[in-house]
Amino acid sequence: MSLRILVGCKRVIDYAVKIRVKPDKTGVVTDGVKHSLNPFDEIAVEEAVRMKEAKAAAEIIAVSCGPQTSQETLRTALAMGADRAIHVDIDAAAYSNLQPIHVSKILAKLAQDEKIDLIILGKQAIDDDANQTAQMTAAMLNWPQATFVSKVEKEDGSLKIVREIDGGLETIKVKLPAVLSVDLRLNEPRYATLPNIMKAKKKPIEKKTPADLGVDITPRIEVLSVEEPPVREAGSKVKDVDELLGKLKELGRI
Amino acid sequence: MALRNLFQNNLLGKISHSSRSFSHRYASTLIIGDHKDGKLDPITLSCVTAGKQLGHEMHCLIVGDGVENAAKELSKVDLLKKIFVGDNPAFKGMLAEAIAPLVVELQKTNGYTHILCGANAFGKNLIPRVGGYLDASPISDIIGIKDDSTFIRTIYAGNAVQTLKAKDPIKLISVRGTNFEKYELSDSANVPIEKLDKIDVKVDQVEWISAELSKSDRPELTAASKIISGGRGMKSGDNFKLLYDLADKIGAAVGASRAAVDAGFVPNDLQVGQTGKIVAPELYIAVGISGAIQHLAGMKDSKTIVAINKDGEAPIFEVADFGLVADLFKAIPEINEKIDKYLSK
Repeated sequence: MSLRILVGCKRVIDYAVKIRVKPDKTGVVTDGVKHSLNPFDEIAVEEAVRMKEAKAAAEIIAVSCGPQTSQETLRTALAMGADRAIHVDIDAAAYSNLQPIHVSKILAKLAQDEKIDLIILGKQAIDDDANQTAQMTAAMLNWPQATFVSKVEKEDGSLKIVREIDGGLETIKVKLPAVLSVDLRLNEPRYATLPNIMKAKKKPIEKKTPADLGVDITPRIEVLSVEEPPVREAGSKVKDVDELLGKLKELGRI
Repeated sequence: MALRNLFQNNLLGKISHSSRSFSHRYASTLIIGDHKDGKLDPITLSCVTAGKQLGHEMHCLIVGDGVENAAKELSKVDLLKKIFVGDNPAFKGMLAEAIAPLVVELQKTNGYTHILCGANAFGKNLIPRVGGYLDASPISDIIGIKDDSTFIRTIYAGNAVQTLKAKDPIKLISVRGTNFEKYELSDSANVPIEKLDKIDVKVDQVEWISAELSKSDRPELTAASKIISGGRGMKSGDNFKLLYDLADKIGAAVGASRAAVDAGFVPNDLQVGQTGKIVAPELYIAVGISGAIQHLAGMKDSKTIVAINKDGEAPIFEVADFGLVADLFKAIPEINEKIDKYLSK
């Protein structure tokens, strides 16, 4: 069985950027800030490409929901080895209120339309830190889910999965079709080479809207404010081990 | 549609008639308990404290293969009105595919407006699946409650704090354990337990095979009052012995940065940070950790932070209460040698 794989690609502020909260407390500053493919999604794309290289996958479709700029992340996925892409176009205003539940509905509909066998997503986006989309998508399709995946082995009609859980690892077996959410240790994503980046420019990106897919994106959550976290009071440097231990004892910490 | 099929399968036999008298007009809360090997996970008691702030009648559900003891512990939580216990071999491995339909059924029977679970690997796996079935948008990893539809959580690795209003009629919430005190058990309490004997759990899509858990006598990371974490500066897994020795002397848990995990020094379940565990102990000692945003997200609410690093410019010093600029391979052995005379008896 050669799988048809759907991979989710979210464009987020680059992980190394120190974010700034907007003075009007409506969100964080995104204009003029470096964005990249969500690191967990890179791992998802890499895993799909490896499955294709191992002849376990037939086609990889990359999907991103968001404004026009989402196409940049789709080009990244295409340059890494995805075959084609779907951009679900959502204007910037609506996108700022888009939640995992909406993305899940979009992915579930696409999975049915495209006769997908396996959906691979990152375990969380590093902006909203929600960690929900894979689980919700699996529920909507009533497919099994394997979250926080650190190892995948394809067997006949199923996948043997190692998951990262509290206290260690666990092994489960999920029947296909299934939804995976990948953890950091699943693989080391490749860098797209220049020739592959050039080739990716010729790969097709199909544009759709939530309305085309029959998905209502009315916000379920209203963000009332976004603020800076409390700042820790500056500490001090100690000169040696004795001073350190003395201070900790004074505070009753040891 | 798929869900309907599930229930036509007689997934759930019958839930007590008494609980059906519950009116949908009243707000009420269901807490989903967690356990490890049948022992109640303390994060459940943090959920009770969060539930108390909502101020509604509170029930609890606990499932697993052998949860009698955990249910007994829960019956000492005087705030609970009822405990549902699903003890069934089919719950082995606590698979979301087995548990989510049961939660959905309980919600439909009892009309819960709020469903709470700890934001650990179990809760993060389960709650959104319930959300998918109930068409409710979950709220992950809350750190505060303003009222019964207004919640506080962090975004961008803890670098921004978001206050949100949930509009869905059912609020599905995962609770950050470190931000809510553990509710105290009361010996005089004896909350009624209702066994869900008749449930017929069918999990044919997924099979739990095995778990490989790290064995340690040290306290569990998220519950420890003291934590010593090592980073890339430890250079090897063997060198972590220095930290284990110190941890054992002061009764601390041992954690790690992502760099140390990725380098294979320690297993991944020790990772503290945005994508690992969130901790907030009394004392956090960061050794050979530079202090990347992703690591700080997991520990910056610790009461006292100590940094030991030979690079005086490392960002960890910006959050440390006490910083020691020194080679850890000299400083840690020296601490190990001197600690006894400083330890409070």
